[in-house]
Amino acid sequence: MGSFILRRLGIMLLTALCLTFVVFFLTNLYPNLEKLAKTQGNFRMSEEQVASYLNNRGYGQNTFVKYGEWLGVLPGYVITGSDGETRARCARKGASVEDASTYCGVLQGDWGFSTVSKENVGGILLKRLSLTGFLMVWAILITVPVALLLGVVAGMREGSKTDRSLSTFSIITSATPEYVSGVVLIAAFGTSALGMKWFSGSAASAMNNATLNNFLLPVLTIALFNIGYIGRMTRASMAEVMTAQYIRTARLKGVSFGGIVIKHALRNALIAPFTVIILQIPYLLTGVVITETLFNYKGLGWQLVQAAGNNDIEMLLGVSVVSVIIVLVTQLISDIGYVKLNPRINIS
Amino acid sequence: MDPLSWGEIIVRIFAQFTPVWIALIVTFVASIYYKSYLGLYGKIFDSMIGMFGFGLVMFWVYTAFFTGVFDLIVTHDEFTQVSGMKNKAPGTPLRGAGEGDYAYYLLGGDNLARDVFSRMVKGSTIVIAISPLATMFAFMVGITLGLPAGYYGGKLDTILSFLANLILAFPVILLFYLLVTPEIVATGIPSYMATVLFSFPLIFILILLDSKYGIRPGLRWPLLGSVFFVGFIIYASLISEAGRGTLVDIWPNWLDLFNIDAGVLVVFVSVVFVNSPTVFRIVRGLTLDIKTRDYVAAAQTRGETPWYIMLWEILPNARGPLIVDFCLRIGYTIILLGTLGFFGLGLESESPDWGTSINQGRRLIAAYIHPLIPPAISLLTLVLGLNLLADGLREESLKD
Repeated sequence: MGSFILRRLGIMLLTALCLTFVVFFLTNLYPNLEKLAKTQGNFRMSEEQVASYLNNRGYGQNTFVKYGEWLGVLPGYVITGSDGETRARCARKGASVEDASTYCGVLQGDWGFSTVSKENVGGILLKRLSLTGFLMVWAILITVPVALLLGVVAGMREGSKTDRSLSTFSIITSATPEYVSGVVLIAAFGTSALGMKWFSGSAASAMNNATLNNFLLPVLTIALFNIGYIGRMTRASMAEVMTAQYIRTARLKGVSFGGIVIKHALRNALIAPFTVIILQIPYLLTGVVITETLFNYKGLGWQLVQAAGNNDIEMLLGVSVVSVIIVLVTQLISDIGYVKLNPRINIS
Repeated sequence: MDPLSWGEIIVRIFAQFTPVWIALIVTFVASIYYKSYLGLYGKIFDSMIGMFGFGLVMFWVYTAFFTGVFDLIVTHDEFTQVSGMKNKAPGTPLRGAGEGDYAYYLLGGDNLARDVFSRMVKGSTIVIAISPLATMFAFMVGITLGLPAGYYGGKLDTILSFLANLILAFPVILLFYLLVTPEIVATGIPSYMATVLFSFPLIFILILLDSKYGIRPGLRWPLLGSVFFVGFIIYASLISEAGRGTLVDIWPNWLDLFNIDAGVLVVFVSVVFVNSPTVFRIVRGLTLDIKTRDYVAAAQTRGETPWYIMLWEILPNARGPLIVDFCLRIGYTIILLGTLGFFGLGLESESPDWGTSINQGRRLIAAYIHPLIPPAISLLTLVLGLNLLADGLREESLKD
């Protein structure tokens, strides 16, 4: 088990390095930098001015060098620019060049500086992450029990009326992307169009004070899609287990139906949904971006859209790294959990 | 003129879809009558769910067909703005309607005074044109790479799987934001990706033919040559428009058969790119399973080439799960297209596709919901239809 986890960690690290490099490369392409120079300097800069602006601020270096500096494995640049001023990567916010440390990258905890909100990326990320975490925790808290219950109840008697109606429900919700369900939910319950304005159509106030009124619709928007998806997986897995020989044996020995479901079927039926649930978290991220944009809830997803829209390079990098790490960690957990739950798998 | 009541609106919309109803009825009657001769397609009509899903899908396919080809069903031009019709409620009479104009905005006007009904109908043509094709391309890429990865295993498998997992670990939205912004398009990266990704169908077809007919000396080169000639012209015409001004700009204009709008192409590329790793994983898994079968061993003993075994022995036997996944994946592609539209990426802001319409409608959601609901419901029904169809196919294919 130890070497398995170690190997997975190694692959994960390699993946993270590759992915962050790809993001770094794409965000640091010349047209992006040019736009950055023009928004930071002025819009009427000539080609040469843009080039010298970028060179003076270390953007002109080789991408690999810049990536190393950003990561914190190469010393930050100290450049005496064409305008005579000496700038160092690690001496931001008016600190003097001499006092600056040699290394300042993500590994040293320096996530860079947001050019839009004029704050440290690290601080903003932490705030956004906690808001998104709050939203996700609630969404998962609603999704998982409902989806498992739905799947188990539908799957234990395959083909019954209950199964048919529950399956229809889950197939409809899993066919509804968040931007459709969110819009329909807001239209129905967030506006007075149908005379049912029970909830708020915006979750902006939920960031400080989440109430049922301003927080239910966004949570429901994320939950609905996943309830359908996880519910269908659970149903399929449950239905398969219920046809197994050992269930029939238990039934013939006179164990009650409820006893069979709870004692014999559940554990085996829940192995597959477990991995699905964990692996669903990365997809949850996409849903979160849509939902946060739709409901104006300023979490990580909202920040991603803002950073990308405003060419806020270091912010975008930060958000990307966080989301990539979330995805990779959930994959690792799902792998380990699958092995732990399923005694038939022997990794050594 | 008075505004229409809801009953009249429904009747008029129903009448507007007349060609679609006729086509649907003909399709269903003919298919049910001949279903025993129609193989897997006929089996759809054995299951209620499959039939219902098929009906929903075909409704939109026919709508797109009659709108896109014959300009039927739509009541107004999807871009025309009529003054005084801004945000008007469903059933409002058209102000200043001339001779030959349809007298009402059946589903009201949007915030730019365009007809919501016509935009919804016209939007189906974009969705129906892009998503099956993009899914097909993703399948070609996934199959061409997944078969050898599963069949040979070893280093090739390790590297390809690592790359697939790499793409899969990217949150989709982030990838879209990184690929579809105007700055990145300006660098030409999407065109290079198009150049690589769109070559896979050509490679796939060539290998497919070569592995089967390559052993016939008289047939091999004429066949491959002519297929390559035709395929390459289509391929080059496809990528040339978006490649203007980049390194792949080598194709002369007079040979350029058709032009795909650069924005659409970028959307197309990114959707193919996002979908192919998943297809790769499915094909690889199926290949790993099927290559242990006896008929594969028999083919190996006969001395067939590896590609023959992969494409003519393994692939046909993997078709069941692949067809089911194909239906589901078209639905997913439609959702992805909608996501792109929702964030205003790629397609033009006045494009009538459903994602873009939802994005524009949501800005005024507190005041008007009628421009928003039709595209939302359309998207929902089409994806639902595809999911139901996939379910029906899965059930029926499991039966034998």
